[in-house]
Amino acid sequence: MPSVQLQSVSNFILKNVDLTIHDGEFLVVLGPNGSGKSTLLNTISGLIPYHGAVSFDGVRVDELPANERKVGYLFQHLALFPHLTVKDNIAYAMKIRKKYSRDHITTKTRHYLHTLNIEGLAHRYPRQLSGGEKQRVALARALSSDPEILLLDEPMSSLDLRTAKYLRLEFRSLQQRLGTTTVFVTHNLSEAVEIADRIAIFVDGELLQAGTADEVLFHPADERILSFIGKPNILDCDSFRIIENGLAMVTCGGLSVIVPHEGKPVKKIAIAPEHIHLSSTEPVGPSVNRFTGEVLGIHRSGSLTRTTIQVGDNQIVSEMPATLFDLMDLKKGSPVYAIFKLRWIRVLNGE
Amino acid sequence: MKPLRRLSLVWSIVPVALFLLFWEIIARCCVDTRSLLPPFSTVILEFRDLMADGTLLHHFTKSLGRVLTGFATGSLAGILTGVILGWRQTVNRAFHPIISLLLPIPALGWLPIFMLWFGIGELLPIAIIFVCSFFPVLYNTITGIRSVDRDFINVAKTLGASESTILLSVLLPLALPNIFTGLRLESGMAWRVIIAAEMVAIPTGIGALMMKAESLIRVDIVIVCLMVLSIMCFCFERFFIYLEQKMTGRWF
Repeated sequence: MPSVQLQSVSNFILKNVDLTIHDGEFLVVLGPNGSGKSTLLNTISGLIPYHGAVSFDGVRVDELPANERKVGYLFQHLALFPHLTVKDNIAYAMKIRKKYSRDHITTKTRHYLHTLNIEGLAHRYPRQLSGGEKQRVALARALSSDPEILLLDEPMSSLDLRTAKYLRLEFRSLQQRLGTTTVFVTHNLSEAVEIADRIAIFVDGELLQAGTADEVLFHPADERILSFIGKPNILDCDSFRIIENGLAMVTCGGLSVIVPHEGKPVKKIAIAPEHIHLSSTEPVGPSVNRFTGEVLGIHRSGSLTRTTIQVGDNQIVSEMPATLFDLMDLKKGSPVYAIFKLRWIRVLNGE
Repeated sequence: MKPLRRLSLVWSIVPVALFLLFWEIIARCCVDTRSLLPPFSTVILEFRDLMADGTLLHHFTKSLGRVLTGFATGSLAGILTGVILGWRQTVNRAFHPIISLLLPIPALGWLPIFMLWFGIGELLPIAIIFVCSFFPVLYNTITGIRSVDRDFINVAKTLGASESTILLSVLLPLALPNIFTGLRLESGMAWRVIIAAEMVAIPTGIGALMMKAESLIRVDIVIVCLMVLSIMCFCFERFFIYLEQKMTGRWF
């Protein structure tokens, strides 16, 4: 699969973007609304005009129209053809090329129906499908044109959290199996961190940083990144002990925290304020990553409450919906339990 | 037949039957000059007589032929022109002012000019129906093509479709509901216009028969003609509803 290079690409939103997407990479483009994420995809696919150069595997494709770029595009609103059944939607790209036999089209359509686990939906029309089913059909259709590059524009935005998570991981595993160079647009940091090989952060049409999740979280290149993703709590860790099952115990400012472990010593950990849960009473269940602390400050911002607490030697910030916070009757100086959600702790490894 | 459907059928038949009964009673009891409002039964008998001597069939086939020819050619021309104008923004921009000026002119407004151009003959009513069908179908086709969501076009492009493939496989099918709306409305309108044209300028057809009946103070024949007109408008509209349902009902 080809790599994609953008050199000094500009248009009505993008500003001088230089970006390389490596062969077979899963790049997540992250940014607030109106930051140019979808415009980036439209530029790569050739749907909108731009200045600068876009190359696939070093070959410039600026003169190629969208229908010759071999790009699979999953649009935010999916745009399944309403007048075609699921199988006809999937077969569309093969039928219009007129170079495949009927048998070949039938076999390949069946293959994609099977791969995406939607065989039972073959004869339905899009209006008869649920949100999750539509996503699968749209992905099958995007893959059916044998794309060298796959572009996914906020494909999970209309799904409930559970379905979105399930499909996200399924997308990722399918992409790894096929090895297709993929650009996935989202405005959700957690989603990005979960599936990305690398994250590219766009704000106001500008590419602020492209790097691994750890690089973006621990070493944000720009203040605007912090204002978008929210400043995570970063704790320095001074000791490290492997426990089991891919877990390690680290000591950070007097706190013993269990973290995901990838075999290297842990230097720092990061956890976003929204992933620290507070409780005024002792929570039930195992006491993993549960700490006692004291409320230092409470700051309300719209429907959210940000609470600064002292835990061990660390000052950390928790963010939660004001309605939930109010139920706890916490005040400055109140004792509080803080729970770090294990799966959202990011680890910066050191040598 | 399901009970609910049977009930619905009864509900639609009962008011019609009551209306006819009311008409019959009023015409027989309360109206002095029966020739101005003949009873329903007299109208039916007159319908039978007109059918038996072939008068009604002769005039009806004349009107039907004109409507079918004018409507078919007008609609086809409207769809083809609408597709081109809807598809190509530059062509649309060039022709939009002319269409905007011609569209509001009622079909019968063209009658004096067409009488001078084509004379009193078969071409005149066909030309009137052509104009009556052309502009509304054209307008609906343009609207249908242009209202197709841009995302569908972009998806087709990224799947490898050329411009002409996009037109045939995406734009036209998705514009069908709009095109059918135009066809359905104008199919009824074509009958209304042909009757008016025949009343004014053509010696044959249902409209002409009505005018002859009016001069002889034969209200029963006038009512027979109106009933034929009403039934034909209804049948044409139902035909296009059926066709639309057949072609788009599964997905629209």
